[in-house]
Amino acid sequence: MSAAPTKHIAFSPARIAAIASNTLLELVRLKVFYFMLIFALLLIGSSAFMVRFSFQQQFQVLKDVSLGAMSVFTWLLATLSTAMLLPKDIEDRTLYTILAKPVPRLEYLLGKLFGVLAMLAIALVCMSALFFVVLYAREQIVLAETVKVTPPDELAAALRDVRDLTFNVNLLPGIAIIYLKAAVVAALTLLLSTFASSWIFTIIVSVMMYIIGHVQPIAREYWLEAVPGGTVASPVLKIFLGLVAVAFPDFQLFNLVDDIVVGNAVSTTMFLKTTGLGCGYVFIYTLVGYLMFANKEL
Amino acid sequence: MKTCLIALGIIVAFGIIRMPLEQRLAVEHRAAFFHGARLNLDLRQQLGQMGFLAALSGFRAVVADMLWIEAHSAWERTEWGRMQLHLDAVTSLQPRCVMFWDMAAWHMAWNASVAAFNDRNQPREALRIKAQREYFKVGEDFLLHGIQNNPDKGFLYERAGAFYDQKMHDSCKAAEYFAKAATFPDAFPYVKRLAAFRLAECPGHEREAYDQLVALYKMGEAERVPTLYTKLRELEEKLSVPQEQRIYTPRIP
Repeated sequence: MSAAPTKHIAFSPARIAAIASNTLLELVRLKVFYFMLIFALLLIGSSAFMVRFSFQQQFQVLKDVSLGAMSVFTWLLATLSTAMLLPKDIEDRTLYTILAKPVPRLEYLLGKLFGVLAMLAIALVCMSALFFVVLYAREQIVLAETVKVTPPDELAAALRDVRDLTFNVNLLPGIAIIYLKAAVVAALTLLLSTFASSWIFTIIVSVMMYIIGHVQPIAREYWLEAVPGGTVASPVLKIFLGLVAVAFPDFQLFNLVDDIVVGNAVSTTMFLKTTGLGCGYVFIYTLVGYLMFANKEL
Repeated sequence: MKTCLIALGIIVAFGIIRMPLEQRLAVEHRAAFFHGARLNLDLRQQLGQMGFLAALSGFRAVVADMLWIEAHSAWERTEWGRMQLHLDAVTSLQPRCVMFWDMAAWHMAWNASVAAFNDRNQPREALRIKAQREYFKVGEDFLLHGIQNNPDKGFLYERAGAFYDQKMHDSCKAAEYFAKAATFPDAFPYVKRLAAFRLAECPGHEREAYDQLVALYKMGEAERVPTLYTKLRELEEKLSVPQEQRIYTPRIP
């Protein structure tokens, strides 16, 4: 008696999860992942021993360096790991084995993206955990010192100052936005890799787009709002800036952590809007990536 | 080819849809004091190509910290001019960091100004005083620009009060800034006392100052510091407050 054949489902989250978990496993086994994670953790850990001017500056440097390291390494991980996914699968012939089975290309692409996103989440959680441990340790040391040297009538205010300078609830949305930015970069790099001929090309273009994405809002503001001598920007310049704005993502909108460190608050609405925008980017880049990949001759 | 055009169309359509949304979000960010850094050509010259690129690419806080450490080294070597350049760059990169503005102002108005006044290489006192005043001005500019960039934080108002009090000996301005600082909920308790003490020294504001000092006195023992009694006595004399209304009563031996 033979088992009844299982019905093929057109879109299966289980298949996507299987591809994602395999991708995650593949990425986690890469030596570059460990190297980068170790470098990031070392940098965050060593930030506690950085030059000590006053407790304010110490916390400022600690947070800047740690969050900067998180930004840099999540960006690098997102770019490098995503750029190598498709070319590696093609080179290893894994891609053909998977696509020879009834696995739609969309599922394959989504599985790859989710695998990268999971890897980025793991890396960011590790970095954040170490960051909070280092921050907590320094806070305890400074609190103990403050208790010793502050007059009793000003102690409460002084302790509040130290606590305000260390743990700030806005650090969490700040870290979430770092992740969101890395997710956008990963989706963009995946889109590029669907039509790129080599992974080096993908990395270079992705890095260029990252830089342009950061520079274009500043350049736009400078040219349109603060033209030297008060002259009005020409229509040609406006069209050019408009085209750049349409084609490239505005990464400055995801660049909030520099100001969060110095105490700026992120409202829930602002956070949700920024998250919505990031998800929009990821969706559109994945959709376009699928369109390109669906028609790619393999 | 058709796929490429569709893909391009989607990206363009998404770009057109998101542009106004992004502009609105950018306005909201600015209203919440995000993205306030002034990245201009002066900064580009100072940071160098890589530093400027890093600052543009989302790592301006880290670049600011590096420059801050360089400024600290310049301070150790007492290179005031170089230090001022670094401090300008640091505050341009991180205008929302109150500590950078405060320290920059302190280095210029307190340290560099004293160094300029005691400069052994300059025998002419007039020139030393001129240099000292220039550093006062630089310090004042740091404080005022810092306040401009951080109107929602009280600490720089307090520091500006201290600057006008200790360096410019302008009690009226000092009182104005201390009073402003005292309105912030996180102000230290001594700030409102300082505002009243400096106002007591501001010509033409004696009555107002006296009322503030009396109000402080009535707040309780914690506010009744020796300077409060001294100022009350001075003003009671100056304003000829009737004996029975006076708060200050000389101790009878």
